[in-house]
Amino acid sequence: MDIVVPMQQTVDLVEELELNDAGTDVEREYLKFVANEWDEQALEEALLFKEATGGTVTVVGIDETDVDGTLYSALAKGADRAVKLSGDFEEGVSSHRRAAILAAWLGDQSYDLVLVGVQSPEDLDGQTGVILANLLDVAHVSVAIGVEPHDGGVKVSQEFGGGVVHELALSGRAVVGIQAARQAPRYVSISRVRAAMQEGGLNETAAPDVDAETGTTVRRLYAPESTSHAEMLEGDADAVAARIMEIVRERGLVKGGS
Amino acid sequence: MSPVLFSLALVIAAATFAAIMAPRVRLLLGAGPAPRFDQLGERLRRTAVYAFGQKKFLTGEQPAGLMHAFIFWGFMILGLTVVTLFARGYSEHFYLPLLGPGDLLGGPYTLLRDLIQVTVVVAVSYALYRRLIAHTPRLFGYRPAEERLHGEAHWEGILILFLILGIMLGSLLHEGARLVEFAGEASVEKERGWEPISNLFSHLIPAGNAATIAEVGFWMHNLIVLAFLNLLPLSKHFHIITAIPNVFFGSLRPRGALSKTDPGDPDAFTWKQVLDMYSCTECGRCSAACPATASGTDLAPRQLILDLRDVVLGRTERTEDGKIVSDDVLWACTTCMACVEACPVGIEHVPTIVQGRRKLVDQGAMEPMLQDTLQNFAQQGNSYGKSSRMRARWTKGLDFKIPDARKEPVKYLWFVGDFASFDERSQEASRRIARILHGAGVSFGMLYEGERNAGNDVRRIGEEGLFELLVEHNMAAFAGAEFKAIFTTDPHSLNTLKNEYGDFGEMKPVYHYTELLVELIEDGTIRLPEPVGSRVTYHDPCYLARYNRITDAPRRLLEAVGAQLVEMPRHGTNTFCCGAGGGRIWMDDSKLVERPSEMRVKEAAALGELDYFVVTCPKDLAMYSDAAATVGVDFEVIEVTALVERAMGAAEPGELVAGAT
Amino acid sequence: MGNDIFVLVEHTAGAVDDSTHELLGKAAELAGESGGRTVACLLHAGAADATSGLAADAVLSVEHPALEHFLPEAYVKAMASLLAEHEPRLTLVANTTVGMDVAAGLSARAAVPLVAYCTAVAFEGDAVVATSQVFGGKLNAEVVVDGAAICSVVAGSFAPASGGSPEVTEASVSGLDDLTTTFLRRVEPEVSDVDITAEEILISVGRGIGGEENIELAQELADALGGVVSASRPVTDGGWLPKTRQVGKSGRKVKPKLYIACGISGAPEHLEGMGDAELIIAINTDENAPIFDVAHFGTTEDLFDVLPALTEQVESAVG
Repeated sequence: MDIVVPMQQTVDLVEELELNDAGTDVEREYLKFVANEWDEQALEEALLFKEATGGTVTVVGIDETDVDGTLYSALAKGADRAVKLSGDFEEGVSSHRRAAILAAWLGDQSYDLVLVGVQSPEDLDGQTGVILANLLDVAHVSVAIGVEPHDGGVKVSQEFGGGVVHELALSGRAVVGIQAARQAPRYVSISRVRAAMQEGGLNETAAPDVDAETGTTVRRLYAPESTSHAEMLEGDADAVAARIMEIVRERGLVKGGS
Repeated sequence: MSPVLFSLALVIAAATFAAIMAPRVRLLLGAGPAPRFDQLGERLRRTAVYAFGQKKFLTGEQPAGLMHAFIFWGFMILGLTVVTLFARGYSEHFYLPLLGPGDLLGGPYTLLRDLIQVTVVVAVSYALYRRLIAHTPRLFGYRPAEERLHGEAHWEGILILFLILGIMLGSLLHEGARLVEFAGEASVEKERGWEPISNLFSHLIPAGNAATIAEVGFWMHNLIVLAFLNLLPLSKHFHIITAIPNVFFGSLRPRGALSKTDPGDPDAFTWKQVLDMYSCTECGRCSAACPATASGTDLAPRQLILDLRDVVLGRTERTEDGKIVSDDVLWACTTCMACVEACPVGIEHVPTIVQGRRKLVDQGAMEPMLQDTLQNFAQQGNSYGKSSRMRARWTKGLDFKIPDARKEPVKYLWFVGDFASFDERSQEASRRIARILHGAGVSFGMLYEGERNAGNDVRRIGEEGLFELLVEHNMAAFAGAEFKAIFTTDPHSLNTLKNEYGDFGEMKPVYHYTELLVELIEDGTIRLPEPVGSRVTYHDPCYLARYNRITDAPRRLLEAVGAQLVEMPRHGTNTFCCGAGGGRIWMDDSKLVERPSEMRVKEAAALGELDYFVVTCPKDLAMYSDAAATVGVDFEVIEVTALVERAMGAAEPGELVAGAT
Repeated sequence: MGNDIFVLVEHTAGAVDDSTHELLGKAAELAGESGGRTVACLLHAGAADATSGLAADAVLSVEHPALEHFLPEAYVKAMASLLAEHEPRLTLVANTTVGMDVAAGLSARAAVPLVAYCTAVAFEGDAVVATSQVFGGKLNAEVVVDGAAICSVVAGSFAPASGGSPEVTEASVSGLDDLTTTFLRRVEPEVSDVDITAEEILISVGRGIGGEENIELAQELADALGGVVSASRPVTDGGWLPKTRQVGKSGRKVKPKLYIACGISGAPEHLEGMGDAELIIAINTDENAPIFDVAHFGTTEDLFDVLPALTEQVESAVG
């Protein structure tokens, strides 16, 4: 099966998120960007699928900050092809627009399946994969935790609250939103990533022009005021343990002793 | 003596020897390249000191070290005896030129030979005592890591010792009997005066049988020598042939410098690595010193070399997935270099282990915690996964601003390091160092968020590409700053900056902060009016003491602050690792039987009545604070500047800390 | 555009999910403002009973064999059809697995703007203003939609409402006959010896525990306290603990008397599952971890030190 994995760059949540002057978005120019962790899961699942059954994996990224590194890293991990859709995306890309670009690009690609991260930290207008599926008018499944071949199509395990899982069969093209791959994303050594970079092999093509509106406007972005904060226990591990012991004992959760 | 028979024996022995050696030589010639033919003078010097001078035996464990040295020197002298006795197969009164009874050197040589034979007999007897009666643990294998060695039969070592005894005895018999057989002949009488032992021996020999006994001695000596020669390549005593070349071809790079050129593929060993394997004589000095072996991991450096050797020689097979040793063996190493330091024949275990790790990293075969850490290094440039912007946050408690070396020229660039920047305990120490240097008017600055982990441990984890990425970043940061020299808090950073960064570009001198401080104290810039008087011991960090031979500065610092230093048994270059090196600090240590840091704390506790256990490495501060708490000791783990600041009369360390936060 | 508030009913064979009642609670409030009705959309095959007790003014009931189980494709098409026909002012969907598939799909298909991850929804004139949790819960976005909107709502954001006798209208929709998705089977979570929802004391471990081998540390404390070990998603994903031990959005919702979070940063998905615990103690070396915002007590000491120390103290106290 030929699988396409769209990879999105998102703000590195480790960084302190500075806001732009208008207070309506993060300050994209100065922030660090990393691959969306759910997309990494999707890539892993795609590679596992390919390794088990053959076919190809194509990763595709929109020209966002540091996307090259993400795409080369995917090549180093075992993706067969990497495509960069170039254009001016510094202001950020909404899910609707991202999905429209991908749908237009996929229009003249040959593929069987799209695996994409189930969500991203900044998809406030909806999850890209689901929107993409509906633009392409193909089936979709979100929160998938496994994709296997099944009767010429695929079988997807969809996870619900409480650990219930539905198994769904998809015939024909589909978009699957991956929550978690069957195993943790593999480590790829920097030497391999660099070797991939030296080899080149990034197919760069202009992102298709699309007309996509979210209909949403961010009026204000702000850090939630935490209504409360834990009382921090001071001292070394033993002192902390002693305090915890006291607290639990006060509530009658430990029996015995003074 | 029958020249024909002896010639026959000689030819058979030589042919067998050639047949045995051929495949071993072919292996060597077919192995990967290693650039070890440079600096011949230095190589000869090292060979003189470590091989012929037996330095590691003389400075190491006793009396086993002296025992070996005497056997070695015995063999040197007796090499001449062997030539003499071989020649006597053809000429009854053969003497080596210049060494005959009438020659100038003949007398002393004969005396030396006579005495050394007895010394060797004594030394070999002691060796037999260790193997047969004392059962010295080092010779039999440390469990669990050396289970395989432990389970093997140990007759080989015993046989070899008896063969050596046989050679000595044969020679004594031959020489003693000759004194009887040719009594009265001028040359023999000259010899007698220089051969007190053989002469003594000759009294036991009946005159009628003297000729026969001399012949028996001749055959005994020569045949055992020939058999011995053939046994060598088949046994651990191959080192008799390979150890001297192995010392000669040892790495001349700084101890702390791994090579870019090391082949990334552990399936392809270099000829030097093969020579290492040939040279291992299973003495176990490496395993005895190894913290991983002591803490009950699957790694023992000796067993590792033997496992590699057995696969290289085709005695055992690789596992189905092409492995020689399990991943756990490779990951257990703390890269403390104790094995390399201890090895008398110059085996380089640590680079070989790192080479194996490089393969594992390439396959992504590592534990999740380590994988996360590497990802943190790749994305944030530090092991904590914290934003670079947080790197200098520890400076917030200071009432002055440390200059940004990227914005103004400074004399010293302080390479602070991850632990000293992010670990809470070490942050206190970092603020102290900053205050002391600032107070002393030293011109120093930092790179702030421009600094990345130096990569010392990343490289030793085997992530060479990531190491290079970090180096490139730091080199670019150095290029954008103006300074005369670097000092580091972390000995690990110091090691790679000092010994490895030079391979990537021009580097300024690199010092440890203790070196800088001791200089400032000794030139009077920093005054210490209030000696602390505490009884302390000092833990030498591996990367400072063993790797970089910096053992003196911290001790002078302790002397200057007026502390009374009590040394632990393992100190200086013979220090014992805390267990954190080589990336071990980011791996699971819950399966260890006992953590090296805890053993070390107990070693200190055994000194009795200590006030402080002094450290000069941020990782040590973390490791030993934890270990001291776990073991429960009545001394405190303290970073050295806490004592410096107290001796300056600043305040109690506790108050300093409180004032700083 | 009408004034009605649509709510997608989430149910399993007629058993309505709590999240639906929460949405209906908010919908009633908003309908009061807009002067419209609350309309519950029930997509089902033979589960019409589910309508009883729904706190809605009306129910649109779509019955079709393809709706026996949740099929994302079928749900989106059915809802798109209802929206096209009725043009509600606002459609509320829970931010669950079902909601994720439906909300964004509906937005694309019906061309109605969506605000995802909502924790608050209000009207301002003709506009809908919703608060969305983005950037992993680190930031809130106040989002304005002029005109009709869809909001997917984080569980626990609104007070539930129940008790009502809505007027039920059968609705028919198109497009459900040629689906490419087929339901194969439902897999219940493994039955395990431990039901973490019934335990009073949970020692919960997250990514910070480092590896499977370290779970023993938490187990020892749990043994000493008479509790059990639960986990956050990375731990069960890694296979270090069974899925049945997972606390959070895709795991179980727990409400123990004591919840000790070890090495758990506190992603919104996790907090959703344990925020109601009576006493929460968090151990995490990252002082900025969101878990400290819900915890009552916290420490940044290393869990590898605190856990053994605490175990020892508990053991010596219990004797």
